[in-house]
Amino acid sequence: MERQSTGAVAGVDSSFDQLNRDWYIDKAVQILVFLGGISAIVFIIGIFIFISKEGFGFLVGDFNFREFFFSPNWRPTSESRETFGILALIAGTASVTGLAMLIAIPFSLGAAIFIAEFASGKTREFLKVTVELLAAIPSVVWGFIGLAIMNPVIIQTFDVPVGLNVLNAGVILGLMAAPIMTSIAEDALKAVPDRYREAAEAMGATRWQVIYKVVLPAAKNGLLGAVLLGVGRGFGETMAVLMATGHSINIPTSVFDSVRALTATIAAELGETAAGSSHYQALFTIGIFLFVITFIINLAADLIVRGIRKG
Amino acid sequence: MFEASALNRKNETRQKLFRFGLGTMTGILILPVVLIMGTLIYKGAPVISFEFLFASPTNGMTAGGIFPALLGTVLLVIVALLASVPLGVAAAIYLSEYAPDNWFTRAINLAIINLAGVPSIVHALFGVGAFVIFFKFGTSILAASLTLAIMTLPVVIVATRESLQAVPMAFREACWNMGATRWQTIRRVVLPNAITGILTGVILEVSRTAGETAPIMFTGAAFFLPLLPQTVFDQTMALSLHLFVVSTQVPGMPEQLPFGVALVLISMVLLMNSLSIALRMYLRGKKKW
Repeated sequence: MERQSTGAVAGVDSSFDQLNRDWYIDKAVQILVFLGGISAIVFIIGIFIFISKEGFGFLVGDFNFREFFFSPNWRPTSESRETFGILALIAGTASVTGLAMLIAIPFSLGAAIFIAEFASGKTREFLKVTVELLAAIPSVVWGFIGLAIMNPVIIQTFDVPVGLNVLNAGVILGLMAAPIMTSIAEDALKAVPDRYREAAEAMGATRWQVIYKVVLPAAKNGLLGAVLLGVGRGFGETMAVLMATGHSINIPTSVFDSVRALTATIAAELGETAAGSSHYQALFTIGIFLFVITFIINLAADLIVRGIRKG
Repeated sequence: MFEASALNRKNETRQKLFRFGLGTMTGILILPVVLIMGTLIYKGAPVISFEFLFASPTNGMTAGGIFPALLGTVLLVIVALLASVPLGVAAAIYLSEYAPDNWFTRAINLAIINLAGVPSIVHALFGVGAFVIFFKFGTSILAASLTLAIMTLPVVIVATRESLQAVPMAFREACWNMGATRWQTIRRVVLPNAITGILTGVILEVSRTAGETAPIMFTGAAFFLPLLPQTVFDQTMALSLHLFVVSTQVPGMPEQLPFGVALVLISMVLLMNSLSIALRMYLRGKKKW
């Protein structure tokens, strides 16, 4: 923030203040809005504390680092021996997010460049509004689209028995993440000062040369931030992957394999577990894992974007 | 006169090629969604009728309407807004009008980004741990709405902060010079000039809240309830969860019905977003500074 709001009254001797009703109201409001301001921090810490509290019993009890991260066997309800390995779930999340990014990154960066640098006037306005509306479609609707529209299309086109798989969820997730990445990337391109473009054009560069040699390098960090936020979004998406992946535990070997994602596992199983059981606590432990990963992704994106502002 | 050299012509063609390529990419991004929406409307529209909107589900949800789900979503949104709008506006006022530029403010901003970035299912786990179990609200409208409120808080904060910061500094300075306190300035000058901007944020939040499914699954939304909720401590049905239920959980579901539910949900959400965008454009046209 450039504006130093305290600056305008700084240096005034506070003994000039009259301790009347307005003064007290002013102080009270200042405290109230401060409480509002810190609420975001309180909630983030609260989220971490409460999911850790519920998952704690598992972490100190049945939790086995090697099994948890390196075993592909997620059998929380097995009669003989329960195993809590999330490797296959990580593979599910990674394959779907990876395919989604393969689709979303080039197209959304392309679209962002087109909207920011080529489109103008009405076209630009129309595209921006469309992208904003696409970003607003709820994830459960995307899941339904995967289930009811994409599924038969995939079965017919590729002649496979099941259309709920990595391909389906990846495409759905790609279409979901693309509008968000497009609008953040477009903001990053718009943040490049026009005088850079003018200077390059004055040297005789064509529009594409300006973009490729000047605008893209200058917006590099913002674009990387956009990509990271897209990855974070895909990684944490729940309803769409729950409905479109086929929900079977698998380490996929092709895009036509059904998989199951970390988020979807929590969504599907939490309702069936007894509060306090190992299974229940293991699901909260997955939650802690998800929280930590998205926290790191968001932190990295923020630091990278902040990098440009510092110059 | 200038004669176009071979290099000029080559650059010219290349430029056109890139423009075309990027335009096509933009189109490819948008076209499938347009086709999908077309399919949703084509298959969903015949289902929607007055009865569909205002009747209860019957025959194990395979027939009848969606009224309890529709009402539940409205209730969840209202309670969530009651919690998050005052809090979000207060936070935005602090960030825009009071916060110094230091590490603590940066920490708040980072927390806001994270609150928006945490997966929705993690918000659900938090809702279960905090509101359902710790505060003993049980699975109820209150617990679900508070979970939604925290999840969508960043939407209100960011929109409000932006519209507060769009009010020129000179307005505040003029007011301070007249001897007004900081709060008087905010209430009489800053907020009235920012109110439409804040409203666009609130509408966006309504849209986000109405569409969310994962955070309410375990905190207060039920698959099916024979009765409408009476208090905020009752469970409720919700449109987003209803779409999940009718499309995955009910055997013998007629193919058309989920399309109708999806169409109602998406129309609601897109209508809200269009309203917010229209308001923003109107505001931009009206601004004189």
